[in-house]
Amino acid sequence: MKIKFKEVKEGRFNATSSRSTRFLGFCLALGIPTLILFAFVFSPKDDTMEDAVRLLYIHVPVAIFSYVAFGITAIGSICYLWKQSRWWDTTAHASAEIGVIFSALTLITGSIWGRPTWNTWWEWGDVRLVTTLVMFLMFVGYLALRQVPAQPQIRAKRAAIVGIIGTINIPIVNRSVEWWENSTLHQQSSLTDGNLEDLTLFTWFLGTLILGIAYLWLMIHRFRVGWLASEHEALGYGAAIEERQAEAGIQTAIASEYREEGEIE
Amino acid sequence: MELRDAWSIARKDLRIEFRSRILTNQIAPYTLLIVVLFGFALDADTQTLRDTGPGLFWVAVLLIALLAVQRAVKIEDDDAAKERMLLTPVHPSSVFLGKAIALFVQLFALETLLFFVMLALFDLSVEDPLLICFSAVLATIGIASSGTLYGVITAGVGVRETLLPILLLPVLAPIAIGATRTFGDAFGRVDADGWAWFGLLSVFAVIYTVLGMFAYGQLVEDA
Amino acid sequence: MNEVINLQEAVVTLGQFPALTGVTLQVSQGEIVTVCGPNGAGKSTLLRLCAGLLPVREGSASVLGEDLHTNRRSIRPDIGLLGHKSGLYDDLTVEENVAFWGSMVRAGDLEVKEAIKYMGLDGRLRNVLVRQLSAGQRRRTSFAGLVVQRPSLWLLDEPHAALDTEGRDLVNNLIQDAAASGATVLLVSHAPKELSSPSGRFVTLAGGQITSDTNKEGSGDGTS
Repeated sequence: MKIKFKEVKEGRFNATSSRSTRFLGFCLALGIPTLILFAFVFSPKDDTMEDAVRLLYIHVPVAIFSYVAFGITAIGSICYLWKQSRWWDTTAHASAEIGVIFSALTLITGSIWGRPTWNTWWEWGDVRLVTTLVMFLMFVGYLALRQVPAQPQIRAKRAAIVGIIGTINIPIVNRSVEWWENSTLHQQSSLTDGNLEDLTLFTWFLGTLILGIAYLWLMIHRFRVGWLASEHEALGYGAAIEERQAEAGIQTAIASEYREEGEIE
Repeated sequence: MELRDAWSIARKDLRIEFRSRILTNQIAPYTLLIVVLFGFALDADTQTLRDTGPGLFWVAVLLIALLAVQRAVKIEDDDAAKERMLLTPVHPSSVFLGKAIALFVQLFALETLLFFVMLALFDLSVEDPLLICFSAVLATIGIASSGTLYGVITAGVGVRETLLPILLLPVLAPIAIGATRTFGDAFGRVDADGWAWFGLLSVFAVIYTVLGMFAYGQLVEDA
Repeated sequence: MNEVINLQEAVVTLGQFPALTGVTLQVSQGEIVTVCGPNGAGKSTLLRLCAGLLPVREGSASVLGEDLHTNRRSIRPDIGLLGHKSGLYDDLTVEENVAFWGSMVRAGDLEVKEAIKYMGLDGRLRNVLVRQLSAGQRRRTSFAGLVVQRPSLWLLDEPHAALDTEGRDLVNNLIQDAAASGATVLLVSHAPKELSSPSGRFVTLAGGQITSDTNKEGSGDGTS
């Protein structure tokens, strides 16, 4: 007897790059130097923050996309529980990993920026800072849970629930930190002030665009790696079934002996 | 879902805890030890201890909660009772509620002990006993619910002891902040609106109790 | 005939390991089927599959008339599973354990008392902590929980393990009684000679497949 199973075609997923990721990668290769040029050379100094403002062209977009990444993890988790599909599970995992890296970058750049501006590396009273830190720790836990060996479906289900809870918790943490100190050192969104120079504004948008592309590029690659990993797990399935069935062939004689021995009495 | 089942399960857990004496012989002394360590760390300065008292109280509670959650998980995991429970008509929400109630009772008992010890050792005076009571109840409901939920997430996992803290503690951050503030206000240590914080604790407690009742069934399945 | 278990080429994987590689098995109501086979043949997995505790990966499977692909949960309350672990609480007494599991399956006090008596646990043992019991006494306590539950499908993983002669007779009687009252029994045994009725149906499992079935071969010489 043979079991039919879906075999992954050899070489079908041999790489994580495709025409679209190469295009995105090309855009990044051009975009990042351009962003650096605009941020560090072309854009003017800020009146109050002086040169430190240049770091914000990275810090703010990275922060935005770390929240986007966790948002997508939450959506992926909800859709996984709903549809039980591997696609959503892989999406949630990939996005969480990028989100953790982005939020780490947010914390680091924010801290470096805070030193000359607020005269401190860390400010406990700041809502966004503390919220981002808690969020970062929460998703580090999420990734730790994903590392634990378990059956794929069980792992996916547990991770999905942790992902959803983590996201639900973000606004609660945010509220509590806000009430905690009742103050924030953060700029109220500078964009709405309306008196920014055109070049500054353009650099903001460029930064957001480039980091958006970076997220997308990383996301596609990470997703494909995750997908390949699960395909690889499934790849052994056919062979394992055959091997185990062969085991039956060998053991049948032993097994029936065993049974007869029992029956004699 | 039946409340009667939840109650039977809670009674069973409490009976086991009462009989094993781990709560009274190990966790309670550990609680006292934490308080003493705070005293050492903060240099016998009563003024500092008084100011940080509310925060220290809740840090101690979170540490105890981790131990209590591990115990609650262990009871069900040791001899595959969790699996046996799947083969009964009992709804998973009832199991969740039962486990959470048992955890609540244990934590609340330890908090009461801790409270009076700290009151004496740190020379604190209570200005708003009602706020203390209500906020402790609400915060403990939140801890018990989220603890039970995360307990089952880490159940059956080889690295449970190390995984639980890193998953659970960040989630409890709002409780740590909120309950510290209400206690600070009730002790007259900080100028905060304790009752507003009480609102936040209630929201947390409600969210996690509801979430737990829905998610628990998903999590015990197959695990 | 009323089929309680109907498996067609059922495949079950534990992680990436295919524990069952296509099991075809029909069991009718009131039957007592003994599953034999070497270690690691997939016997315990078969029981867990029938209890609705494991997902079917391929093939079709229905138990107590419910499709395991879609309705795994709904059959569970009607199933009594005795696994390697007994599902007892160490810090509760024998009576408290049986009473607790009894209350979980909505059994009355009387049924709990009867079950304890049936398994020979009344008297001194009744108020002993499960922690202090011997392996055989634990097994009996676990059985008492099943007796209280009165399941329609009994899945017993080496029910005779650790039991003394008296205990074995007790269990054999229990199995016969259960089958006589319309329940179905699927049991795993390493040593089928311990069973009271060697004439019953035997199924041999190896490599995750049924390699012989006395029902199909009639005489049961099993040399296929």
